[in-house]
Amino acid sequence: MSDAILTFDEAMEKYDPVLGFEVHVELNTKTKMFSSAPNVFGDEPNTNVNEVDLGMPGVLPVLNKTAVESSIKIGLALNCKIAENCRFARKNYFYPDTPKNFQTSQYDEPIAYDGYLDIELSDGTVFRVEIERAHMEEDAGKLTHMGGSAGRIQGADYSLVDYNRAGVPLVEIVTKPIQGAGSRAPELAKAYVAAVREIVKNLGVSDARMERGNVRCDANVSLRPHGRERFGIRSETKNVNSLRAVEHAVRYEIQRHAAVLDSGEPVVQETRHWHEDTRTTTSGRAKSDADDYRYFPEPDLVPVVASREWVEELRATLPEPPAERRKRLQSDWGYSDLEFRDVVNAGVMDEIEETIAAGATASVARKWWMGEIVGRAKNADVDPGQLGVAPATIVELNKMVEDGKINNKMATEVLDGVLAGEGTPAEIVEKRGLAVVSDDGPLLEAIDAALAAQPDVANKIRGGKVQAIGAIVGGVMKATRGQADAGRVRELILEKLGVEG
Amino acid sequence: MAAINRDDVAHLARLAHIEMSPDELDRMAGELAVIVDAVKSVSEAAGDDVPATSHPIPLTNIFREDVVGHTFTAEEALSGAPDAHENRFKVPAILDED
Repeated sequence: MSDAILTFDEAMEKYDPVLGFEVHVELNTKTKMFSSAPNVFGDEPNTNVNEVDLGMPGVLPVLNKTAVESSIKIGLALNCKIAENCRFARKNYFYPDTPKNFQTSQYDEPIAYDGYLDIELSDGTVFRVEIERAHMEEDAGKLTHMGGSAGRIQGADYSLVDYNRAGVPLVEIVTKPIQGAGSRAPELAKAYVAAVREIVKNLGVSDARMERGNVRCDANVSLRPHGRERFGIRSETKNVNSLRAVEHAVRYEIQRHAAVLDSGEPVVQETRHWHEDTRTTTSGRAKSDADDYRYFPEPDLVPVVASREWVEELRATLPEPPAERRKRLQSDWGYSDLEFRDVVNAGVMDEIEETIAAGATASVARKWWMGEIVGRAKNADVDPGQLGVAPATIVELNKMVEDGKINNKMATEVLDGVLAGEGTPAEIVEKRGLAVVSDDGPLLEAIDAALAAQPDVANKIRGGKVQAIGAIVGGVMKATRGQADAGRVRELILEKLGVEG
Repeated sequence: MAAINRDDVAHLARLAHIEMSPDELDRMAGELAVIVDAVKSVSEAAGDDVPATSHPIPLTNIFREDVVGHTFTAEEALSGAPDAHENRFKVPAILDED
């Protein structure tokens, strides 16, 4: 059964959205949070586990120092205060994803708290999102529901559990309620998660691959009538795991809540499941007293004390923050605000930086990525960086054009060849017989023929109407099947007719 | 006045997945009330200047370097499992959670 929704515009007319996010970041430490088993994605099930991950009786967890340092770095990058003293707590629940029957987490003493992140929207508007806390915890095992339909728990006959992910270090970042975003709420949602992802990737503390679940988002949405202070009842949409899905899920929940409120019913406080195929959510579990997790301080772990010296040492290792890096790159590259924003929105800033590092100029790098590759990536429905164009390829292609070996049109053809896996640019030029006719002999013949074919045009040019030359150049290009260097052809025509260019 | 009553015990039993008969609930409510009262008297003895203790030994920052140690094979991991399939633990589908 599908829920009633209002149009987004109607919802915005009547209600004011309040958002909140819980983003889980998997750290890329070599080992798990509390055990020395490897933290590796995609291995054979239940091979990256030892007695601690399986919750065997009598085992003791020992905290991973690197995971603590990564967590502090995340806290600092989110402008948080770092707790001088904090503890772990047990979050008790029964579910097969944790063999211990509790998750080791932090409760009232998170390692980082009271931060903020300034989020730049696509038009340059800056929106401050306040961070409530960032705490350390461990990931759970992975369940696969078997039987029933399409891997969903409803109607499943049984579930299979792989504990390789159990105990992988997580940092959960929780925002304060985000108010005042209005109709920008879905865009802000996406931009916020993108910013968190960018930060943890830039810090080098997470692989930050959303498709692998390295960054996962739970999105809270509530609505209130315009002008009312008190928040409405919220829903929590779980595991929205792509940037596009975050935007769509928030938009959908706003529309759904608006329809519920319009009908005079209260919104049910519950978890919602996001469905990428229909771009809708369905009701999950209602909040109940089963959510009484009976947190208590973890007796098997001792407190973490983050001395100010240690925190400052870690702060000194932080890389340039992404927002500052963007400012620096824009100024280094000499792009206009609009050009640079287009580059960022197209997701090719890193690629352009690498291409420049490989030897291209800023304008050449932008021309190739924005002019050629972004469009091709869109057609292929992948991120531009994933299309398979190496920076060196662009540098090589551009050098061939600059050296007059091929022209721009051929260069795009060669690029297609590279993407089709036909080899390096040089190999493709060779194989396809692409080369600008640079020997003047054949060009002069073609020019003579073109001039003879269009004597009127030839006379006009002689008479000083140089702009008429296009017709002759066109004739030569046609005769040489596009393999001539148009600039050279132009020079030769003018030379031949004795006209100054 | 006991800080824990029969309903509290029933609630905790449900959270802890422990099946308890009405007789057991009555008995446990009484026994737990004694324990809770005992703990309460400890709380009264400790003033506001005494921080809550989660560990009996005053240690901090017991860390492990991020170096890979031993693991089980899938066979070892599953050796105590009631049921398994394709190197994974096989468990009943649990419907009331997500």
